[in-house]
Amino acid sequence: MTKQPILEAEHLCIDYRLGNQWVNAIRDVSLTIGAGEIHGLVGESGSGKSTLALALMRYLAPNARVSQGDIRLDGVSLLSKSRPEMERIWGRDLCLVPQDPLAALNPAYTVGEQIAEVTRQHQGLSKSEAWSGAVAMLEKVRISDAKAVAQKYPHQLSGGMQQRVVIAMALNTRPRLLILDEPTTALDVTTQAVILDLFRELLHEHQAAALYVSHDLGVIREMCQRMTVLYCGEVMASAPVAGVYQRPIHPYTIGLLASIPRVEIGASNTRLPTIPGTAPSLAQRGQGCVFAPRCPVALDRCYTEKPELETIIHERMVKCHRWGEIDARTLPVDYKDFLAESKEPFFNAKRQSGTEAKQDVPEETPEYVLKAQRVSKTFGGRSLLKRLLMQPDSRVQAVKDVSVNVRRYSTLGLVGESGSGKTTLARCIVGLETADEGRMTLLDAALPPALTDRPAALKREIQMVFQNPSDTLNPYQTIGQMLRRTLERLGAASSPGNVEKRIAELLAAVRLSDDYVNRFPNELSGGEKQRVALARAFAASPALVVADEPTSALDVSVQAVILNLLKDLRAREGASYLFISHDLRAVSYLADWLIVMYQGQIMEEGTTEHVYSIPSHPYTEALISAIPSTDPLEQNKHIRLIAEPNQSTERSGCPFAGRCPRQIGRICEDEAPPWREAGDDHRIRCHIPLDELKKLQSNGTPVQAALDKVVPA
Amino acid sequence: MTGYIIRRVLLLGLTLLVTSALVFALTQIVPGDVARLILGRDASPEQIATFKAQFGLDVSPPQQYVNWLGRFIVGDWGRSFTGGNLPVRPLVLERLGNSMRLALMTLLLSVPLAVFLGMIAALRENTWIDGLVSIGSLAVVGLPEFVTALVLINGLALGVRELGLPSTSMVPNNTLEDWVRQLILPALTATFVLLGYIARLTRAGVLEELKKPYVRMATLKGLPRRVVIVKHVLRNALLPTITVIAISFGWLIGGLVVIETVFNYPGLGSLLVEAVKQKNLFLMQAIVMLVVTIYALANLAADLLYGVLNPRIRLG
Amino acid sequence: MTPTTPPIAEYHSRPLRSGIVGVVRRLASRPLALIGSLLVLMFLMLAISGPMIAPYSFNEINREALRQPPGPGFPFGTDSLGRDVFSRVLWGAREIIVVPGVATAVAVVLGTLLGLLLGYVGGWLDDLVSRLLDTLLSIPAMLLALVMLGAIGPSSIGIILVVALLYIPIVARVVRSATLGLRTAGFIEAAKLRGESTWYILLREILPSVLPALTVEAALRFSYAIFLTASLGFLGLGVQPPSPDWGRMVNEARDSYVRAPWALWYPAGAIALLVISVNLMAEGLRIALRREGQQ
Repeated sequence: MTKQPILEAEHLCIDYRLGNQWVNAIRDVSLTIGAGEIHGLVGESGSGKSTLALALMRYLAPNARVSQGDIRLDGVSLLSKSRPEMERIWGRDLCLVPQDPLAALNPAYTVGEQIAEVTRQHQGLSKSEAWSGAVAMLEKVRISDAKAVAQKYPHQLSGGMQQRVVIAMALNTRPRLLILDEPTTALDVTTQAVILDLFRELLHEHQAAALYVSHDLGVIREMCQRMTVLYCGEVMASAPVAGVYQRPIHPYTIGLLASIPRVEIGASNTRLPTIPGTAPSLAQRGQGCVFAPRCPVALDRCYTEKPELETIIHERMVKCHRWGEIDARTLPVDYKDFLAESKEPFFNAKRQSGTEAKQDVPEETPEYVLKAQRVSKTFGGRSLLKRLLMQPDSRVQAVKDVSVNVRRYSTLGLVGESGSGKTTLARCIVGLETADEGRMTLLDAALPPALTDRPAALKREIQMVFQNPSDTLNPYQTIGQMLRRTLERLGAASSPGNVEKRIAELLAAVRLSDDYVNRFPNELSGGEKQRVALARAFAASPALVVADEPTSALDVSVQAVILNLLKDLRAREGASYLFISHDLRAVSYLADWLIVMYQGQIMEEGTTEHVYSIPSHPYTEALISAIPSTDPLEQNKHIRLIAEPNQSTERSGCPFAGRCPRQIGRICEDEAPPWREAGDDHRIRCHIPLDELKKLQSNGTPVQAALDKVVPA
Repeated sequence: MTGYIIRRVLLLGLTLLVTSALVFALTQIVPGDVARLILGRDASPEQIATFKAQFGLDVSPPQQYVNWLGRFIVGDWGRSFTGGNLPVRPLVLERLGNSMRLALMTLLLSVPLAVFLGMIAALRENTWIDGLVSIGSLAVVGLPEFVTALVLINGLALGVRELGLPSTSMVPNNTLEDWVRQLILPALTATFVLLGYIARLTRAGVLEELKKPYVRMATLKGLPRRVVIVKHVLRNALLPTITVIAISFGWLIGGLVVIETVFNYPGLGSLLVEAVKQKNLFLMQAIVMLVVTIYALANLAADLLYGVLNPRIRLG
Repeated sequence: MTPTTPPIAEYHSRPLRSGIVGVVRRLASRPLALIGSLLVLMFLMLAISGPMIAPYSFNEINREALRQPPGPGFPFGTDSLGRDVFSRVLWGAREIIVVPGVATAVAVVLGTLLGLLLGYVGGWLDDLVSRLLDTLLSIPAMLLALVMLGAIGPSSIGIILVVALLYIPIVARVVRSATLGLRTAGFIEAAKLRGESTWYILLREILPSVLPALTVEAALRFSYAIFLTASLGFLGLGVQPPSPDWGRMVNEARDSYVRAPWALWYPAGAIALLVISVNLMAEGLRIALRREGQQ
């Protein structure tokens, strides 16, 4: 590169003070970002990517320091600058687009004011000049009613709008470089797709360089030209994006990419490759390669000698002793499902311990585990007291007249964005919420809506895996205590000896060693906690396990482990799943049958294969198209839902009307769409006839969005 | 917003109703006969009957309560059992005025100082100033008022005498000098109780806001630290302090029993002590109702102010 | 006044088994917290053994030694009736610790149960009872205490009842808000799904997580209970004579302050020292029980 880079970091080391000593967190990181370049910084949680990103702005926690190296913006070192000098650079040349826009905006000021204060500060504009500049910026980020939006307070805007405001704030001063710190993580996938397009366009328009921090390899691939992979505070590889996804060289990158489930059809027999072990803590890092303990091709040398970050070809750098062999394709880096290969006794056929054996039912019995018919749930009824105090009515119908059947030994995937009602539906089924209407049967026995009305025998047959690993286990009970209690309560073991036997069996089933019995949850990683939660759910061999986003709080490499375990346990324990997720890739890996929900209603259902292929509901189509793919061969359709979701409760038409890119007219707004049968029980709820839908969707041309600008709801 | 105010006023009415019933119920458990207690052991049955008839105690307790409530609402707060059977209302209102004066003086002394100390301690977290404020407020918070008051009266005896400050406070006339002279010692005593409390809450509030991502964002927008602190942090951090001040106000009106007793100041609190000792039913009722009303109104005012200053509440 | 307690999230989630030792160690590592805790311990011992080590009975009148300044024989001097102040302070220690202590214990136990129930069950019960508690809390504590004591008459049991009743709503509110945060936690819902009873969930699943916040709240309540008890004693509504009450001793000594100031300062100082020690211990506990990594 002949051009002067915008930002350079050279051998940067950052330490944290822990007690009385300094612990090295970021180790020897070098990075350059050229003009107009969007540079991706990718890493899992704990890799130090956010610390690094902020440090590049020379913003450090009070207990952190730069112990080595240099950061240069346009060739000028930032480390020698005083605080007032940095204040002139921050917000003018170097801008941050933060992770959670609502938290990053001051709740007490209008968004217009918060954008305007930047130019007032840096360009000395008057109040009115700065304000009209702010409105103009809001227009630039495609907000239609910018004047009105500028007057609003952050909490009055949707997540997507807040993100637009923050990017407007960052671009207001035409900065040299933007640091985007996971800016779309909190957004729904369809909103994320729109915001990513906007970022790309605006960055191009403003000729700004950017560092894009993300854990999502798909997003990095869509956004960036070059990328740096961070692991445990060290750079593992740095290269142009195209090459990395086509042919990754560093074993860690290979493992990461491999562990992402793909939207593949008929993948239900495959297993996801996983990276063994867990990332070491900062203090545990040895003197060799930090990845060596988890690397499938590590040599003895890798444990003792730290590799250098070497340039292999133009702009492509890798920190690995064995890159030559990998690059020459003489050394295959294969990740299998490492858990399946573990030596622990596991696949010893059917259960033989003291659990009361279930009757072996032949595979694929055409029998339903669960039938839920016409379930509805409304939240926010008014109590007498509230009515007395004249509090406003705030009813939300979360689930509207939904019917769901789960086949035996199969997985029903429930897909939808936030607000789709998928979690509420699941909670009604397990009984944590009481459905207002509807009839449910479990194994042909009537299932009362209220948990307290359900007999013990039925309770035992439905268990749940929760989303948040941090509160899924009681912090004051050991793993053994909680499994024991579960077994005893659910009456799953006949004698104390059998209880202990079953606990050991369960732990083995989720690949945790026996000594976990005496551990407390705070000694476990997020993935391990989720594994214990799986063991607990399966303790009494339930017929139906409801998993509510069990992997959404986990890193991809950990997610792969959980998904594999879910697959194993289903086969081994003879259970069925109701698997809820917003992540279509994770769902497609497990589910045989899919239901797509939108605002409390089912839009489409069918086998995974059918739902993923055409014809599909326009909403399903948009969801699939919005997933940022990591597959270099995949041709992305370009469907974007520009409009904000319509939240109004009383509507007679299709809930997706107004956002739907294939809307055909008034009929969509006014009339409830009919169910259309596509064969094999594949059903789509849309006004557009299936033939026509199929024609439209096979066309391949990008769908022009119905609206150019966002209209605030 | 209007709906909100209406709801709050309704709630206030409900609160007062419950409180009055509660207080009335409490007075019913008085061991022995009130009339006999007041008239003495030697009172004749006729005297007692007259007394009961005079004060409406000759009907069933629920009936008594309803009668009292009806009269209270229209402004007839009853008569004192003792001391010449004066009407309760003027007596209580006069004392309320006195209590208000002392409360005002205390708030003027304590709030600015406490907020300032709390702020400084938070902004200089983990420095000696912070330590000093923390330890100081810890030592002072919860120290019984009579101890502080006695230290102020006697411990600083020399200085206080030199200044000519009275150890018995009277209601000040309307000169600033007299206000300071009469009220400074009781107000200082109350300030000691409030200071630690408000300072600690302010410190916690500022520290909590400082940790929020919008502060980092404001800094990284290139705003000078002064602007970040004053415009962004304090604006949000001091909001909860409003509520704290309102709570303190209620306490200052009805809770200064001990301070008023030590300084012989004729406020509501010392009147209540007398009323309790005399089983002076209507007097007690009136004082409690008044204090609760004022406390609730102060809270309402604080909530409204909070709502006006906080767009999240104002705009839902 | 109702001091607020920090939300549950601030407390660490280390299991108590290995935690108690750790908490004590952390408590001891801060000099002020250590001093506070040791002083509280000392006061507790005095409460037990005070009457045994006191040279005189609390009521023993030495007519030949009226208003003696502190010195040999009378370490804290004598009051205007010739009673040994040191002995009276020692005798009074039991009252000033036992009465608020029992009141706090009652308030904490009942308040915790109520708070757990309200926070977990929710619904109209919570709406109604919480409003009722708010109403109770909207009356200044001293005011309510006076009215209640007026009703049931001044006695140790009376004060215990009054103080407990005053603090039940406060404890309940703290526990309720902590419980609300846990109601939707995965481990609670898992317990529901395996058919645990409400009491099991409240006491075995929720209570341990609430315990750190509760410990700090209990220490704070204890300090305020001492405050209140001493103040009531000072107003003459405490334990009735002749048994010694620190608050009343202070009040009685005011009349002869000029000639026997020690009769005022020793009991007043004892109250101050006790309250400050409890506060220091409470603050130490708060920091020691705080979630790790929040430093």
